Amino acid sequence: MTSISSRRLRKELNEIQAEGCPTGITLLSADNFESWFFSIEILGESLYQGEVFKLMFRFDSNYPISAPAVQFVVDEDSTAPVHPHVYSNGHICASILGNEWSPVLSVSAVCVTLQSMLASCKSKERPVDNDRYVRYAPDNPKKTRFHYDGKRSMR
Amino acid sequence: MSSDYEYSDEEDFYDDDEDMASAGDDDSAPSDDDMDMDSFADDFKVPQHPPRKSYEIEHEPLSQQAVERLMTTDVDHISGIFGVNESTAALLLRYMNWNKERLIEKYMDNASSVSVAAGVSTPSRASPSVSGPAPIRSSGTRRRTIRQTPVPKAEPSVCPICFDDSQTSFLALSCDHSFCISCWAAYITSKIREEGEHAVRCMAEGCALVAPDPFVVSTLANSGEDEDGRTRERFQELLVRHFVSANPHLKYCPYPSCTYTVSCPSASSRSSLTTMVPTVSCGASHKFCFGCHIDSDHRPVVCPIAKMWLKKCRDDSETANWIKSNTKECSKCQSTIEKNGGCNHMTCKKCKHEFCWVCMGPWSEHGTAWYSCNRYDEKGGVDARDAQSKSRASLERYLHYYNRWANHEQSAKLSVELYNKTEKKMEEMQITSSLTWIEVQFMKRAVEEAERCRATLKWTYAMAFYLDRGNEKELFEDNQRDLEKAVEDLSELLESPIDPETISTLRQKVTDKTVYVAKRNEILLKDTSDGFAEERWKWNIAVEGFD
Ligand SMILES: [Zn+2]
Ligand SMILES: [Zn+2]
Ligand SMILES: [Zn+2]
Ligand SMILES: [Zn+2]
Ligand SMILES: [Zn+2]
Ligand SMILES: [Zn+2]
Repeated sequence: MTSISSRRLRKELNEIQAEGCPTGITLLSADNFESWFFSIEILGESLYQGEVFKLMFRFDSNYPISAPAVQFVVDEDSTAPVHPHVYSNGHICASILGNEWSPVLSVSAVCVTLQSMLASCKSKERPVDNDRYVRYAPDNPKKTRFHYDGKRSMR
Repeated sequence: MSSDYEYSDEEDFYDDDEDMASAGDDDSAPSDDDMDMDSFADDFKVPQHPPRKSYEIEHEPLSQQAVERLMTTDVDHISGIFGVNESTAALLLRYMNWNKERLIEKYMDNASSVSVAAGVSTPSRASPSVSGPAPIRSSGTRRRTIRQTPVPKAEPSVCPICFDDSQTSFLALSCDHSFCISCWAAYITSKIREEGEHAVRCMAEGCALVAPDPFVVSTLANSGEDEDGRTRERFQELLVRHFVSANPHLKYCPYPSCTYTVSCPSASSRSSLTTMVPTVSCGASHKFCFGCHIDSDHRPVVCPIAKMWLKKCRDDSETANWIKSNTKECSKCQSTIEKNGGCNHMTCKKCKHEFCWVCMGPWSEHGTAWYSCNRYDEKGGVDARDAQSKSRASLERYLHYYNRWANHEQSAKLSVELYNKTEKKMEEMQITSSLTWIEVQFMKRAVEEAERCRATLKWTYAMAFYLDRGNEKELFEDNQRDLEKAVEDLSELLESPIDPETISTLRQKVTDKTVYVAKRNEILLKDTSDGFAEERWKWNIAVEGFD
C-alpha cells in the first residue's frame, strides 16, 4: 500500500478517534488499512426508524485518488436497507462512489451522504433490476459500472 | 478464424512469380486462358498500386497524426470564430461531440451556459440560478474544502488530499481549487489509464471544471509520474478515439494496440450497407469491416446477411455441434476416419472407399459435371406436409449450409497446420537439395490463397442459405461450385507427398492451380458484388435494409 493511502487513512482514523463519528454512525472496526466497518442508523423521522445497518469500506492503494468500495453488509445479523438505490446484496448505486467521487471526500463524508440518502427515501423498494443484478454482480461493487439516473440518484 | 484477405498481397504474389521466372525455369508458363502470367508480371513491374477492383471500396487509412491534424483544423476554426484559445475550443468541441454547427448555434445563443456545461468555466457567481436544484452534498460541518466561495489565492499549507506536508508545488484550474502536483498527477493518471477518460475534472467535490490539455500534459511532465510517456500517449489516443467515434466517416482500427483510423465516407450510411461490403484495411494492413463488428472479412456477403447468419448459428449452436468433430465413419466399412488436412476428398484406409467428407457421397461424382455437393435440394422441404416434417426439413436445410460453412472454417485451420508440417520438410529440403529459398515459397503462397478462398466460400453458404430460389441463385451456386472444385483440387495437391525428384513438376502444378483458384475467387467476389449493386439478389426472408 502506498504511503498516500495509508497516510490519508491514518489521518482520517485519528480524526474519527479524536472527534468521534458523525451522529448515527459508529466505528465498529478499523484494524488495518484494507477494510473498515461502521454501523449506521437514521436519526429523526424516516422510513428506517429503529433499523441499524452495517457498512463495509474496502480500500486499495489508489485511495483516495479513486473511490473506496462501499457496501452494506449482508450476513446472519445484518441486511441491506430496502431502498431504490440499494441492491439486496448490499451494493449501492450512488454517483459519489463512482464517477462523481472526489478525492477530497472522506470516509465520514461518505457515511453522512449515505445517511441522507436513506433519510430522504420516500418509498421502501428495491431497484427494478435487483434480481438480475444480484445474480451476476461481481464481489466488488467497484467493478460494476452503475448507470446513475440523473436527479433521482443520490450524491 | 482471422482471415487476412489482402488484395495488395497479389502484388507480392506476382512479383515473386517474376522472381521465379528469372530463376530460369518458368519462361514457358502455360497461359491459363485469358490469364497471361507474363503480362501480369509486367503490369506489376509498374511501381503503382493496382487499380481498385469493382468490389473494393474506396477508403483511406489515416495515421494518428493525420487525425490529429483534422482535429486541429476544427479547433482552429472554432477558436477563430469564438475568439477563445485552442484548449478552450477543444473542450467545447468535445463537449458537443465535434458537431461544429450545433456548437456555433448553441454558443451564439448562450455562450456562458455552454461554457459551464463543457467544464470550461465555473458558473457565474452573480447569477444564483446555476442549473437546476443544487444536489445534496455531504458533511456540512466536517468538510475540509471550501466549496462555492472562492478560495483565497494563498496556497494551502497542506494538500487536502494527501496531507503530505513535504509537498511544495500546488496547482489549480481557474476555479482555484488547489492540490499538490503529486495528487493531480496520480488523479490524471488514474482517470486516463484506469477509466479511459479524456475529460479529467477538477478534484474538488462537485466542481465540474475540466482540465484543459496543456494542464494535463504539463502536470504529467512536471510530476515525474509519467516517465515512459505512456499516459501522455494514451491521453492523445483517447482524444483521437473520441473524435473518430463522433465522425461517421471514420472508424478506428479494431486490432489490439493499432492506432490507425480509416476514412470511408461511402460506407457511412446504413443504406449503403445493402449494396456493398465495406472491407477496409488500415495503414498496418489490418483488414476489417467498416459497416459492422464482425472480426473477419465477410466478403462477399453484405453486413445485414452476415449478422443474421451468425445470430442463427449462435442460436442453433447445440444442434450443429456434432458437425465440428474431426472424425467420421466410413459409409462403407464403418471404420473411423480422421480428417487431418484441408482436403475433402477422403480415402478410407481400410476399404479404400473414396468419398466426400462434407456430404459423405462417393467422390467419383464430385469430379464430374454434375458435381452438386454445394447445392441443397429444396424439393424435400416443399413436399413436407405436417409441422413435424416441415421442421425436420428446415433443420436439414440449415444443416446443409451450416455443415459447409463450418467445414471451410475447419479446413482452413487444418491446412495451416498441415502447411506448418510441410514447411519443416521444405526447409530440410533446402538444406539437402539444390533448391533455393525462393523456390520453396510456392507452397506458402498456395496455402495462403486456399485459406483466402475458403474464407470466401465459407460466407457464400451464409448467402446461399438466405438466397431466394431461382435463376440468380443458380448462377451464384455455379460460381460457388467452380470455386469449390478449384480449391479442392488445390488442397489435394497440397497434400501430395513431397520429394526432391518430383518437386519441380509439383511446383508447376501448384503454381498454376493457385493462379486459377485466385481467378475463380475474383470472379465470384466480383459477380456477387455486382449483384448487390444491381439489386439482383432476392432473399427468402426479410433482411434489414432491403425492401
Ligand atoms: Zn496531495
Ligand atoms: Zn475546481
Ligand atoms: Zn490496424
Ligand atoms: Zn460487415
Ligand atoms: Zn472404409
Ligand atoms: Zn460432397
